[in-house]
Amino acid sequence: MDAFTLSQFLFLLKGLQWTVALSLIGLSLGAVAGLLIALARTSGFKTFKRITGGYIMLFQGTPLLMQLFVTYYGLALIGLKLDPWASVAIGFTLHASAFLGEIWRGSIEAIPRGQTEAANALGVNYLTRMRKIILPQALRISLPATIGFLVQLIKGTSLAAIVGFNELARSGSIVSNQNFKPLLVYAVVAILYFSMCWPLSLYGSRLERRLATGAR
Amino acid sequence: MDYKFDFNPVINGFPDLLMGCAGTLGLAFAGLLLSSVIGAVGVALRGSHIAPVRWTVIAFVELIRNTPFLVQIYFVFFALPLVGIRLDPTPTAIIALGVNGGAYAIEILRGGVQAIDKGQIEAGHALGLSKLQVFRLIVFKPALRAVFPSLASQFILLTLTTSIASAISAYELTSVAQRIESDSFRSFEVYGTVTFLYLAISTALLMGMSAIAQRMFSYPVK
Repeated sequence: MDAFTLSQFLFLLKGLQWTVALSLIGLSLGAVAGLLIALARTSGFKTFKRITGGYIMLFQGTPLLMQLFVTYYGLALIGLKLDPWASVAIGFTLHASAFLGEIWRGSIEAIPRGQTEAANALGVNYLTRMRKIILPQALRISLPATIGFLVQLIKGTSLAAIVGFNELARSGSIVSNQNFKPLLVYAVVAILYFSMCWPLSLYGSRLERRLATGAR
Repeated sequence: MDYKFDFNPVINGFPDLLMGCAGTLGLAFAGLLLSSVIGAVGVALRGSHIAPVRWTVIAFVELIRNTPFLVQIYFVFFALPLVGIRLDPTPTAIIALGVNGGAYAIEILRGGVQAIDKGQIEAGHALGLSKLQVFRLIVFKPALRAVFPSLASQFILLTLTTSIASAISAYELTSVAQRIESDSFRSFEVYGTVTFLYLAISTALLMGMSAIAQRMFSYPVK
């Protein structure tokens, strides 16, 4: 057995499915939590600001691999008996929430203060101001950075392999242990990651250029 | 919750963990050195007049930036022996880190070079500055000032990335932690402590970087 067979390639594609699923879960749940964090950071309440600031520092200042290990073993410790994939998904959600929270805090703060003041003067309440005035603009500004983070997240899901989760990178290790063609297998794995990440990166930088010209 | 914390394995293994921190910093600085070289050469080639040279650099940068480091390090790990280079895991990890960091460095440095105003270079020549003075005062220092924050945060990311080198069992903090964990089964205690060690490392580096930025790149220009 030392050829790269079709069934092995299909096995890689199955791993790819999990990579996509993990990325999407991390992105969507992380987006919800990240939005709350961004709102708490910009709320003006000192306690909120401090807690979320510490949370973001913790996640930005430690390796993703450690975050996955700690959530994986920490959840088991507090008595939650979860599937490995559920605890990995929670790990990525926490990770994404911190990074997206920080990106969106920046874009919320980038909206001129005058707009908030004008909204207040007109008697627009907080929810309406955020929903109708601030967030739509902030989202537009944040899009390149958000897409950039999505690329990081997709690449980051490869670390689930080290925790033992069967996604694309680990499928690659398994296949290369079968056919003893590590270079070929990892090249195919790299191409699969590349074909997900590169279009996103291109789209992100195109948006960034368009925003930059729009602002001029 | 009837779990009893037991930090004894962590306390007994603490000297090893500190050595692991030194290993992590060693990997990070060696990786930084190599990626600076790759970055400088790459950005020079990126501006080449020969199109295929430019394309090669662009392809390299895009390929590295859009694939996971784990796959890159495995690739290097298996590719080096095939071309006849037999290295220990730690030097292998340094090469992978350098290649990865180099691609990001090319991208960041390119932004710095683009930021320089051509008119200033001409003004420098008109004022009678030597070529070297123009390069040092008008090109190099302002460019470095412009990109230093990005380079610094990229360096901290590189430091955190070294934890992935444990996948090929290079000597650094995560692999030391994995050894203590597999001896003691105190996973949460070990990884929790190590997480804070990483936080300490990245915070210290961050403070060091902003001290450098303040000393070397603050206005007025000396």
